Amino acid sequence: MTAREESDRRKFILRMARGAGIAALGGFVWSAYVDEVTASQLLLRPPGAIKEEDFLKTCVKCGLCVEACPYDTLLLAKPGDHKPLGTPYFIPRDIPCYMCPDIPCVPVCPTGALDEASVTTDGKLDINIAEMGLAVIDRETCIAFWGIQCDACYRACPILGQAISVEYHKNERTGKHAYLTPVVHADACTGCGLCEKACVTEKPAIFILPKEVAMGKAGNYYIKGWDKKDEKRLENAQEIKSTTEISKESAVDSLNSDKGLY
Amino acid sequence: MSLSRREFLKSSAAASAAAAIGMSVPAELEAAAAEAEGDWRWDKAACRFCGTGCGIMMATKNGKIVAVKGDPAAPVNRGLNCIKGYFNAKIMYGADRLTQPLLRVDANGNFDKKGKFAPVSWKRAFDEMEIHIKKALKASGPEGVGVFASGQYTIMEGYAAQKLMKGGFRSNAIDPNARHCMASAVVGFYQTFGVDEPSGCYDDIELTDTIVSWGSNMAEMHPILWSRVTDRKLSDPERVKIVSIQTYTHRTSDIADIEIIFSPNTDLALWNYIAREIVYRDDAEKIIDWDFVKKHMIFAASPVNIGYGMRKDGEKSLKEGKYTALEMETVSKEMSKAVSAKEAPALAPYGYKEGDIMKNQDAPLGNLGHWEISFEEYKKALAPYTLDYTAKISKGDPDEDIEKFKAKLQALANLYIEKGRKVVSFWTMGMNQHTRGTWVNTLSYNVHFLLNKQANPGEGAFSLTGQPSACGTAREVGTFTHRLPADMMVANPADRKITENKWMVPEGTINPVGVQHIMKIHRDIEDGLIKFAWVNVCNPYQDTASAEHWLKAAREMDNFIVTSDGYPGISAKVSDLILPSAMIYEKWGGYGNAERRTQLWRQQVLPVGDAMSDTWQWVELSKRFTVKDVWGEWKPSGPRKEALPSMIEKAKAMGYKEDTTMFEILFANDIAKSYKLDQNDPIQKGYDNTEAYGDSRKVVGSDGKVFEGYGFFIQKYLFEEYAAFTRGHGHDLAPFDMYHKVRGLKWPVVDGKETQWRFNAKYDPYAAKATKDSGNSHAFYGTLAKALKQGNLTGVTDKDGKPKPLPNKAKIFARPYMDPPEMPDAKYDTWLCTGRVLEHWHSGTMTMRVPELYRAVPEALCYMHPKDADAKGVKQGELCWVESRRGKVKARVETRGRNRPPRGLVFVPWFDEKVFINKVCLDATCPMSRQTDFKKCAVKIYKA
Repeated sequence: MTAREESDRRKFILRMARGAGIAALGGFVWSAYVDEVTASQLLLRPPGAIKEEDFLKTCVKCGLCVEACPYDTLLLAKPGDHKPLGTPYFIPRDIPCYMCPDIPCVPVCPTGALDEASVTTDGKLDINIAEMGLAVIDRETCIAFWGIQCDACYRACPILGQAISVEYHKNERTGKHAYLTPVVHADACTGCGLCEKACVTEKPAIFILPKEVAMGKAGNYYIKGWDKKDEKRLENAQEIKSTTEISKESAVDSLNSDKGLY
Repeated sequence: MSLSRREFLKSSAAASAAAAIGMSVPAELEAAAAEAEGDWRWDKAACRFCGTGCGIMMATKNGKIVAVKGDPAAPVNRGLNCIKGYFNAKIMYGADRLTQPLLRVDANGNFDKKGKFAPVSWKRAFDEMEIHIKKALKASGPEGVGVFASGQYTIMEGYAAQKLMKGGFRSNAIDPNARHCMASAVVGFYQTFGVDEPSGCYDDIELTDTIVSWGSNMAEMHPILWSRVTDRKLSDPERVKIVSIQTYTHRTSDIADIEIIFSPNTDLALWNYIAREIVYRDDAEKIIDWDFVKKHMIFAASPVNIGYGMRKDGEKSLKEGKYTALEMETVSKEMSKAVSAKEAPALAPYGYKEGDIMKNQDAPLGNLGHWEISFEEYKKALAPYTLDYTAKISKGDPDEDIEKFKAKLQALANLYIEKGRKVVSFWTMGMNQHTRGTWVNTLSYNVHFLLNKQANPGEGAFSLTGQPSACGTAREVGTFTHRLPADMMVANPADRKITENKWMVPEGTINPVGVQHIMKIHRDIEDGLIKFAWVNVCNPYQDTASAEHWLKAAREMDNFIVTSDGYPGISAKVSDLILPSAMIYEKWGGYGNAERRTQLWRQQVLPVGDAMSDTWQWVELSKRFTVKDVWGEWKPSGPRKEALPSMIEKAKAMGYKEDTTMFEILFANDIAKSYKLDQNDPIQKGYDNTEAYGDSRKVVGSDGKVFEGYGFFIQKYLFEEYAAFTRGHGHDLAPFDMYHKVRGLKWPVVDGKETQWRFNAKYDPYAAKATKDSGNSHAFYGTLAKALKQGNLTGVTDKDGKPKPLPNKAKIFARPYMDPPEMPDAKYDTWLCTGRVLEHWHSGTMTMRVPELYRAVPEALCYMHPKDADAKGVKQGELCWVESRRGKVKARVETRGRNRPPRGLVFVPWFDEKVFINKVCLDATCPMSRQTDFKKCAVKIYKA
């Protein structure tokens, strides 16, 4: 296929997806849309995408970000994709985000669904702070945890050493080799998916999930005493009020209810 | 880390002891391993890829390999692999495997150099080879028939190839791609020890305190060894120090205590700086082990004006103008050059000053032309390498603070010097692919020798090998132009005689001139001397620098190029005839790794399609040539200035006839036939042997009939005949059968025991014998260049004196820093370094066909510093041109990730045929070893 044909084909697909997006807004496939909203929780969005709930409200399915992507990474959801129609997403195992330093997909967004400020440091675009998702490792199938000298994900990482580092452990079985195993650091990982693409297992043992899905959340009522930076969470700390099964009644009611105690 | 250091040392000592005792333990494992499990069969083999030599097990089901596992009994890897090894089961089954011979033909089916490839029979393929070899012999004599050989040949293939070439065709124009990977190490060994290959072994990793990696990205290129280094570091993080000395930052620096980024070629200065610290601080600090040095060492020097192994004035292609004016800017340095300000201080002790015109002279191949000097002279040669001078010329990162850099150099020297600290120096291509590669190899031993830190457990300079059998086949079998088996030399009449007798060919058959090394073979094709060339188990049209010249020579000149391969790589594409080769586990074979460990395997499966082994191809070719075809007189030709006399009468006296074929003499003689096929033999039982029996594919062979096999155990014959050369000379191999019972053995194997540390009287029976009277700790018993004349730094002083013999001694060489022939300047302002990545092997013919590896690294990138990218107007992820005086390629810019060059240097790997970086590289070589320097030339980078 020539470059021209390729580009024509892309335009066609884009048009089709956009059309479908507009149709969706008209309520044409509304029932399917509900499922797709649920499915969208697992979608990986372009850099700078605002929170999924807001994103779905803000994105006008124009496809400008998809056209701006030089690697054809970004796709627009088509009918039958079972994804919110016309919205941009990417599948890193096929084509990851190559983390262009000038992030061409973001400034073109007309609505702020892709928020330039969220990928800007000191007035300059900074792809390294993007949060498209988070790499997750299945330690059972990651062959580095078997002792194989792989770390293909580590070497593929554009911010190697920060987003993925290697940990070293003795291999007691052989007595003379070391495990070199990958570790993902959520604070640095952008979710670009180059690691998922590079992973040599049949189904990738490292893969990207939306950060919301991949991560747990510790409450703001405990702060790591050994980590100064962790104090930052106190900014969101709120008054604590808790209820459990045992505490749901008022103290007086509870005290007055002695049924079955003696 | 649950193992304490003491426990760790104990367990590693026990493991070493088990290794020394050898073979009984693994034999049981072998029996268990060969048992069928379900409907698949496990059997042991060696990994196809690098020189580490990991043991693996192959699972075969319905005649195909279906899986692989690391061999838990293999001492090198204990069941582990890297990701190339992990995919051994997939390498033979790429969709575009070559399955039948292909010939370029015209519309009528006749051979046509400009024709398209079409399938032909094996018979037709051999007919064409016969015609074109005979044509080449007629035009240029034996020198007109060349072979691109390999460090990936099995031992048997390499031996068969060299036997027909040297014993049959009387041609020494056979040289392996191993020339590109460790020839400098070899000549370094020759010059220093008088014999090839390392004194130490991998057990050094567990026994040392310090690992210094010089110009070697071990983490990616020898991953299993690197995991052993890492384990060593974990075992005692405070004591064990790792130093990474490189021209750019890569993964090997990840766990380094010290990283030194040096300017290309100045490793020569770094080694001399360490030696200077040792020698000049010795009076005050008593650093040198004088007792050891006096008993075991002499000092030596050699000429410095030896050129850079490039094309020389008067060569045909230069005269014909095949080199452009731009190319000649660099090539002219081969004839003479002006001494630069950078190198002038280092050359001062040799009588040169800045601006002097240095006229270069030939250094003969494998140059052993050196002489003995005094310690005082050696000390003079070291004088220039003060900390200031060394740091000034060697700091490789322009953004690094010079004082910090100096502190690192001092720390490095002190690690070597520290009493009681064991040090291993590892290197690979950085020190070997170097226009002074032989020199820098010898400089490494200097430091270790002065400190008595060589050839002891946990101590020594150790050359890591790139290819799986660069040691086992290329070096030990001797498939180099100048070599014969087991360290014997083509140029030595006594060695030729020994070989001729063993081969049962007339004395005088072997051509005494062996100078057609692999670059010379390419150049001889370009000059029109070589008319027939055969590519075996390598990809010389992708892997050679100044590639455009050789591609043109192959396609546009009157010659016939044949490539035997499993897949259609660049070499196949520029050939006239392509032969489909059986791949590694489709044949019986053997490899020898970097620690002298020989490993054999059985044929696991039948080859794909009509593919046949390279051994079979050589043996079938031998049927086409008779005594009168090849053993008549040959007039002087090419490098050979004297006629080769006719051997026909001598051959008749030996009972051969004029029409006796080389097959009958070299491969199917009575001794060969005594190696019987026997399905009761536990080694052979139940295994295919395509060469011996033919096989169920019923391949129609070279005579147009179904190939029914030779009827004898040809692989065992070839191995045993070769092994006989090694025994009794410090190279001793064990019997063929033994290698099928154990996980490899490190030669010399004497009385059934392998040798961990050569030259050390405690461990090496040959050294023990040599030191019986003296009681010395070591004996460097190699015999090459072991009698020297006396001289000073500038030459021999007692021209008429008799060379002084140096039995059991090794040498410390005075050798200066010198510039490489091409360095960045105003027009070409950036260093280019090439190399490999973990995911791909060499030119990628196998690994680029493994989907997972292809997906992981689909293309070669141009790694550069982000500031350089800005300055040159190229962006991360975009294409740029990398252009030298010889050619240009497009590559994608990578400013992040695994390789991080300093400003002024780019790194582009060479595995990707679409990013044909060898069109850009310079074919300058070490003039002693003839190994190409792929690590440095000058390029410019601009937006594509």
